[in-house]
Amino acid sequence: MKLTDEEKAMLDGAEGPAVAAAMDLLVRYGEALDCERLCDTRNVAGTMTQPSPAKAKLVAEHGWDKAYAVINLDSDEEFEVPQMKVPTCQLQHGFSDDSVGVAPYPKQYVELQADAESFYGRKGVNILATCTPYQVGNLPVRGEHVAWMESSAVVYANSVLGARTNCEGGASTGAASLTGKIPCWGNHHEENRRGTHLIDVRVPVKSFLDWGMLGYFAGDLVQEERPVVVGDFAQPELVDLKHFGAAAASSGGVEMYHIPGVTPEAPTVEAAFGSAKLPEAVHYGQREREQIYENLNSQGSNTDVDFVLLGCPHASVDQIWRAARALEGRKLKAQLWIMVPRALKVVADRSGYTEIIEKAGGKVLSDSCPAMSRSAPPGTKVFATDSAKQAHYLPAILGIEAWFGTLEDCVNAAVTGRWTGELR
Amino acid sequence: MSFLLHGRTVVPGVAEGEALVSHETISGWGGIDPAKGVIIERRHELYGVCFTGKILVFPGAKGSSGWSGFFQSTRLMGTAPLAMLFTDITTKAALGAVVTRVPSMTGFDRDPVEAIRTGDWVRIDADAGVVEVKAGL
Repeated sequence: MKLTDEEKAMLDGAEGPAVAAAMDLLVRYGEALDCERLCDTRNVAGTMTQPSPAKAKLVAEHGWDKAYAVINLDSDEEFEVPQMKVPTCQLQHGFSDDSVGVAPYPKQYVELQADAESFYGRKGVNILATCTPYQVGNLPVRGEHVAWMESSAVVYANSVLGARTNCEGGASTGAASLTGKIPCWGNHHEENRRGTHLIDVRVPVKSFLDWGMLGYFAGDLVQEERPVVVGDFAQPELVDLKHFGAAAASSGGVEMYHIPGVTPEAPTVEAAFGSAKLPEAVHYGQREREQIYENLNSQGSNTDVDFVLLGCPHASVDQIWRAARALEGRKLKAQLWIMVPRALKVVADRSGYTEIIEKAGGKVLSDSCPAMSRSAPPGTKVFATDSAKQAHYLPAILGIEAWFGTLEDCVNAAVTGRWTGELR
Repeated sequence: MSFLLHGRTVVPGVAEGEALVSHETISGWGGIDPAKGVIIERRHELYGVCFTGKILVFPGAKGSSGWSGFFQSTRLMGTAPLAMLFTDITTKAALGAVVTRVPSMTGFDRDPVEAIRTGDWVRIDADAGVVEVKAGL
């Protein structure tokens, strides 16, 4: 790795031992990538406050400084964590106090996390506590080099915002926040951002459900590469692109996609592929749509639903409002949670949406989700969701059955306690 | 029968042990249980299999950016693989190998997932960029 004089000085300890450890990690990481240099960043989205057994043990025995050193810098050194050098936000973490008595999430983790928030807040970490920092004001500009983790946020930042980030981890974001540096590799380079696969949509894609299924198809097809989507679809909304990317990052490892005419780096199909020859298109038609629906519903056999989960990635205000309308005047048999960023819960509270949802028996919960916290309502055996990502991950994480469908299918399941969803 | 693979260093070091080969990419978050060192993704070919103390050979990392943190946890909880050999380099796999702190290599002259079989005896010299494989019968 070629380091600048400033970077060499940081590595040699000119800015203290924590920054030196951060540079050491970035150099080890950069060399692992066979990367030539670092690039500057002023926007880091990572996680310091998320409780885990390993972190809880470290904090109990040695405090938060040590936990940051070990987990966020991969260092065995002893030092005090300095202020964050560049703007840094906390992504989603474990459940907070709004889940006490609702989720069987360990109370000591809720307390540990509150303690973490006050520690890291003082260090300059913005506690956004959401997997969708772009929904609550963290919006990098096109071409900006950022260091984000959280697969659904990474794919959104690259594809929809045109910012440049790789899928970073806890240690690389921890080091970036203290140095303002990240390896200039992969998605940071123009030539690695061009499309690799062309998907021709031959069946109308017009709903949130459809965008999730198309994303799940795209991820499964391209794995880590970059799909370009053309064909029969309506103008997507923010939530559609959020769902598409999250699904593509779950079934594959998609960090970048293009929708010509919609996403900023692809004004045309040709631009999406740069100078490369257009590949032969893979069709997404009726048969593929049915296959994806079956795949997403292959982890359900019992139609008795105990739990319904909406909002993954975290719901927008519009999604909360849609859920409120679907729930108005109804009474729920199953548990229903809507996962939201806390900043948007304030808007939902003021707008009266939360009241409608709670009157029906549902909960609006912030900061986390059942997958992050590994916690669903007690006794849950079968759940239903409108999120392709949660349908993918939750059966493995919690050992429960999953149904995937529309918001309306999910709300109906919550009201009747039975899954009756089907592909329409 | 024994043969050599040549690749490049991801994490330096030397390790020797039994290979565990995955033909499918591996998820960290949602894909492994770091407390037990076991693959938990239900549809995975290695569902329920423990990688602790094995030379983990796999095509690459997939899924959440929690990948590195989950593999780092295997080191902190004593369930880490002995070494990692993977086909495709990504930030998840690279950072994951760095924080797991086990000898790791990629960029091989032959795909290790095709060349090595579960149960083969493998000696990795990541400093020299060489992997020696003693195939089982």
